[in-house]
Amino acid sequence: MEYKLSFKDYHKALMKNKLMGLKCKACGTITCPPQMSCRNCTGFDLEVVELTGKGKITTYTTIYVAPEGRENEAPYIIVLVELEEGPWIMGNLYDMDPARADLDLIGKPVELGTRIFPGDKYSDGPAARPVFRFTDGK
Amino acid sequence: MRKVAIVGTGHTDFVSDGPKTEVEMFCEAATEAMEEASVTPKDIQALYCGNVFGDFAEGQGMIQSYIANELGCHHIPATRFEGACASATLAIRDAFIWVASGFYDVVLVGGTEKATAMGTPLATRTFAMGSDGKYEFPAGITFPGFFALLANLYSANYDVPMERLREQMSMVSVQSHFYGTKNPHAQFKHKEVTAEQVSKGFMVASPLRLLDCCPFSDGAAALVVASEEKARELTDKPVYITGVGQASSPRLSAQAPFLPRIRAREVSVKQAYDMAGVGPQDIDLCELHDCFSIASLIAAENLGFAENGKAGELWEKGETKIGGKIPINISGGLKAKGHPIGATGASQACEVARQLRGDMDSEGRQVEGAKIGLVDTLGGDGIISNLVLQTNV
Repeated sequence: MEYKLSFKDYHKALMKNKLMGLKCKACGTITCPPQMSCRNCTGFDLEVVELTGKGKITTYTTIYVAPEGRENEAPYIIVLVELEEGPWIMGNLYDMDPARADLDLIGKPVELGTRIFPGDKYSDGPAARPVFRFTDGK
Repeated sequence: MRKVAIVGTGHTDFVSDGPKTEVEMFCEAATEAMEEASVTPKDIQALYCGNVFGDFAEGQGMIQSYIANELGCHHIPATRFEGACASATLAIRDAFIWVASGFYDVVLVGGTEKATAMGTPLATRTFAMGSDGKYEFPAGITFPGFFALLANLYSANYDVPMERLREQMSMVSVQSHFYGTKNPHAQFKHKEVTAEQVSKGFMVASPLRLLDCCPFSDGAAALVVASEEKARELTDKPVYITGVGQASSPRLSAQAPFLPRIRAREVSVKQAYDMAGVGPQDIDLCELHDCFSIASLIAAENLGFAENGKAGELWEKGETKIGGKIPINISGGLKAKGHPIGATGASQACEVARQLRGDMDSEGRQVEGAKIGLVDTLGGDGIISNLVLQTNV
């Protein structure tokens, strides 16, 4: 069975600032990032849909010790975001000083932008990187 | 299914920048276990070996084959298990299944790792391979980052103010280092820490600081497991594996409905409890996967020792010490004993088996009268395996 939404296609869409997901024709659940089966009912009958990219922060951390090759990125903020359509995705929060991130971030509305992780020697090429900014511009 | 027992245990020192190779460390632990079990290489029918990053640390793959040969177990089937930090526990579970089924009578099982050979930057990169490489690593997630996300979520979801959670997390590390000083194999056998040192250490991934995190480590541990009939020939002190569990998880973000719980752990430990016919209230001691201080709290809740959001109270009240309701990580845990990831599950099982045999008096850390122990190991962001070990069967 072919993937409805492969990594490559998800990546290409995200590079154009479009966040794509999968809607289950059986139960209506949205799955994102994509996978072979519906995250709720395990059905395979999925259709590709574009998501709003809007959501709220559910948790965060500021990374101070980065993996090899990414040391110059630190410190940076990682967030988990609950999208309006339901699924959570991981990304970065770029429009604040990482040292000032605290628990007040949780619940803040955010929207999607995109940057790219150029890849390293282990990653088989680049990957679009969801980054978020505050919806209210703060 | 037949009953299966641990009949021999072996454990190297856990160290940083150790002089020995992964093969050498495994073989030293294995021969200790074989001597204890009074078995020779001819008695070993299969070898199961946990090893995660030999490829990166030493440029060595398929280490299991060389280990079998070095031990004199020529041409036996040898299999490497890779389940990140849970690798050796997966290996033990499979050893149990194959002996229980009657296919083998005696299996050598363990794990070995030389993580410090990679250095911190590469080790941080390779450990992050235990998260989703395509959809989550691009954001720069690290292993401390995974549990840092859960720590903040824990504080928010369970309404435990970060100041109090900070104190609870520090208590976890302080206790682990205290018992680590009593374990002659521990990486930090000479290092006690104070709550202030933990809470003031440098930030790795907020809110987790250096002493919230287990170290990178080198070391190995091994067990000889045997059928009940064989075990009775070999030892007066068999430790039976009475329950096993294993479960998988999706990428971290897809665990959303359950976080900060690790749902796979709840599934895995229920399998182990049900098979053994026990519950959390029956467990006399537990070695759980404290890769980070917050991970101990989450694990204690997932395993049924505390309600969600309440595990910190176990440490606050001293219930996790010897004499408490549920002694946890009396070895020093991953935090102070060390965490050579491919070996960790075997180290935990070795520790629990020795406790149940009553071997720990000489080290001043025997849990008196312990008859039922639990092993809990987490690999990456969601491979879990659990073992129930018992002497009273």
